Amino acid sequence: MAAVIEISGLRKEFRVGFWQRRTPVLHPLDLTVTAGEIFGYLGPNGAGKTTTLKLLTGLILPTGGSARLLGQDLTEVAAKRHVGFMPENPYFYEYLTGREFLDLCGRLFGLRAPVRGERIGSLLCLTQLEAAADRQLRKYSKGMLQRLGLAQALINDPRLVILDEPMSGLDPLGRKAMRDTILQLKAEGRTVFFSSHILSDVEMLCDRVGILVAGRLRDVGRLEDILTTPTEAIEVTLAQATPALLTALGTLTQGPILHQPERVLLRLPDEARLDRALRLSLAAGARVVSVAPQRVTLEEHFIREVRGAAA
Amino acid sequence: MSVWAIAVNTFREAVRDRILYSILAFALLLIGASVFLAGLSLGQESRIVKDLGLAASSLFGAFIAIFLGIGLVFKEIERRTLYAIIAKPIHRYQFLLGKYLGLVLTLLVTVGVMALLVLGLARLVDGHWSPALLLAAGSDFLALMIVTAAALLFSTFSTPTLSALFTLAIFVIGRLSGDIRLFAEQFAGPGVRQAVFALYLVVPDLARFQIGSQVIHGLPLAPAEIARAAGYGAAYVGMLLFLAIAIFQFRDFK
Repeated sequence: MAAVIEISGLRKEFRVGFWQRRTPVLHPLDLTVTAGEIFGYLGPNGAGKTTTLKLLTGLILPTGGSARLLGQDLTEVAAKRHVGFMPENPYFYEYLTGREFLDLCGRLFGLRAPVRGERIGSLLCLTQLEAAADRQLRKYSKGMLQRLGLAQALINDPRLVILDEPMSGLDPLGRKAMRDTILQLKAEGRTVFFSSHILSDVEMLCDRVGILVAGRLRDVGRLEDILTTPTEAIEVTLAQATPALLTALGTLTQGPILHQPERVLLRLPDEARLDRALRLSLAAGARVVSVAPQRVTLEEHFIREVRGAAA
Repeated sequence: MSVWAIAVNTFREAVRDRILYSILAFALLLIGASVFLAGLSLGQESRIVKDLGLAASSLFGAFIAIFLGIGLVFKEIERRTLYAIIAKPIHRYQFLLGKYLGLVLTLLVTVGVMALLVLGLARLVDGHWSPALLLAAGSDFLALMIVTAAALLFSTFSTPTLSALFTLAIFVIGRLSGDIRLFAEQFAGPGVRQAVFALYLVVPDLARFQIGSQVIHGLPLAPAEIARAAGYGAAYVGMLLFLAIAIFQFRDFK
């Protein structure tokens, strides 16, 4: 797969305070995003996610390192020709109408008038802003501005779409629509790179994720790889378990056995103990109601990474 | 195309801003009132109308250049509206030139409206057209282009309040630059003379664009002098824009 984003040793320092002390906000970052994938860039507030995205879009200049977008160096303006960017909490010219703003964006990509007209029409339809197209942006709601932000990011029919916190501030319906659109972009063969701290959305959408903590990339990988290894524990629910069986199972479980009305819940650390527990239970005449492997959720993994970095 | 797109957008922003209309309405009112003031003078009606009209046009043009110019870049950064623009395939200098061109276009229209009103009132009082008035307004417009470039430069690194103060200072000192030079030559000691002369060299000489009194009194205008002033204006604007671009090029938009 061709690399769409190639980041090599990219770092950023800001000068802060009266003495203009150099403060690193992004430590040397190496990351590759390949064509056609949805990449989730995760991290707590202040981790450096937005800094990375601003570096990629030319809003801030790197202190060191390099990055290539679609094979072109970041310092070349042409690198942004096939890139769409939606900033966090989009702020746009409030004196323009939605249609005028999209037209301005189309002009900045050098699109000809007929192409702009056609593209604006389809994007207004995609983002359900047709009725508000000729209304000034000062009269748009936050959700409408977010949708317009997406529309302007797609005006150039980009091969790479970079979204900064695309779900932030959206209601459940808006989030669902944004998720659907991101999946649609992938289906159309585009690469999507987005930052988020709404982990359930990331878990649903992403092929790969990167976890950034305190300006350092702590983990990168496919969700299956990050979340399935290792299996945390296996939960078994039994019915009709006798006290003698529970005593025997007590040596195998991880933690206490939980008693529920007519049922018990065991937590077993591995498959070998599961095997023994099931044999004992069936031999003692108990009924196995369920066996559920407990996998690490992205949220648990994320919290571990953040705590690990803090420690 | 990108520069023009940003220029048109800046022009659109200005014409949808009430501040512009407030300043313009006040200017037109003052220019119109010059006819009544002229009625109080004896035999000086024409001079009063032209003098007041051109002065009002120049002053209110400067107000527009300063008050819109100081927010040209600062507002974009403060309101984060440039995030979506800089992420597009445009050079930063194109953005800055577009902003400058947009405000110059706004000034061209507003100064044009004021100049046409002065021209019409002068025709009413004199009974004949005085097209040289347009030349005087045009020359003033060149001075305003310098003031706009200065406001843009300050807007790239300073707050609107400080930018307004700096630009206003440049406008006032620039208008008095001839007097400053005279002061340096005639009264001050050697040290002060050099300092004042340095100030004269750094601050734009806006006085050389004031040809209103020559026009009003029907004195001949030297085309070579006008051409030299236009060249000086272009060079000064170029220098200010170059400085603004150099600063803007390396700014981080956090």
